[in-house]
Amino acid sequence: MAIRVQREDFDVGAELAALTEGRTDIGALTSFVGLVREMGGPGAGAMTLEHYPGMTEKELAAVEREANARWELSATLIVHRYGRLEPGDRIVLCAAASPHRQAAFEACNFLIDWLKTKAPFWKLEETPQSERWVEAKADDDRAAEKWKRS
Amino acid sequence: MKILWFAWLRTRVGTAAETVEPPAGIKDVAGLLDWLATRSSGHAEALAKREVVRVAVNQAYVKGDHPVKAGDEIAIFPPVTGG
Repeated sequence: MAIRVQREDFDVGAELAALTEGRTDIGALTSFVGLVREMGGPGAGAMTLEHYPGMTEKELAAVEREANARWELSATLIVHRYGRLEPGDRIVLCAAASPHRQAAFEACNFLIDWLKTKAPFWKLEETPQSERWVEAKADDDRAAEKWKRS
Repeated sequence: MKILWFAWLRTRVGTAAETVEPPAGIKDVAGLLDWLATRSSGHAEALAKREVVRVAVNQAYVKGDHPVKAGDEIAIFPPVTGG
């Protein structure tokens, strides 16, 4: 289990290779990479990600712990960036390794859904005229909701 | 008691962090938010729509009835938008 919060970019191939390095018990490795999508035409779409140092790491670790409690996982990784990012830049990497693919798929889906509604990050989007704080989406709440246990 | 403001709440309030000493009658998060809203027009504006305000005490999410005390680190922010 590992989580990292960093300003720098990450190399997806190198991260995934490191996660399974020397392991022979892993049969499936899934990953999700979130990218900055261009919104509102050329020149728009760069953003600055603010976060709450300290709590961010705690929440990401809690998300990862929860995934490991729910599925049989051999390794998990969350890397989340902060600072100014341009369209096309990587924002987040979630990865889950398991002996079996279904657990890896579901856990990876859970990691990104859960962190989107839990980890204290906020996106400030640049527009040609000014900048605006991105609003939380009901879709993201619903995506996280489906993993809730009654 | 340390108050941390994030995202658009920070820009409304005009500061990222402040140290406050609420009156003795302030016992929980809801009471603290009510009191903070009286500190300036920026505070009042930031806290006007209470349903979009999230609070963490000592870096853990809490509800309005959570107790607050001297020495706590209290973060106030809008719904998160990472990922």
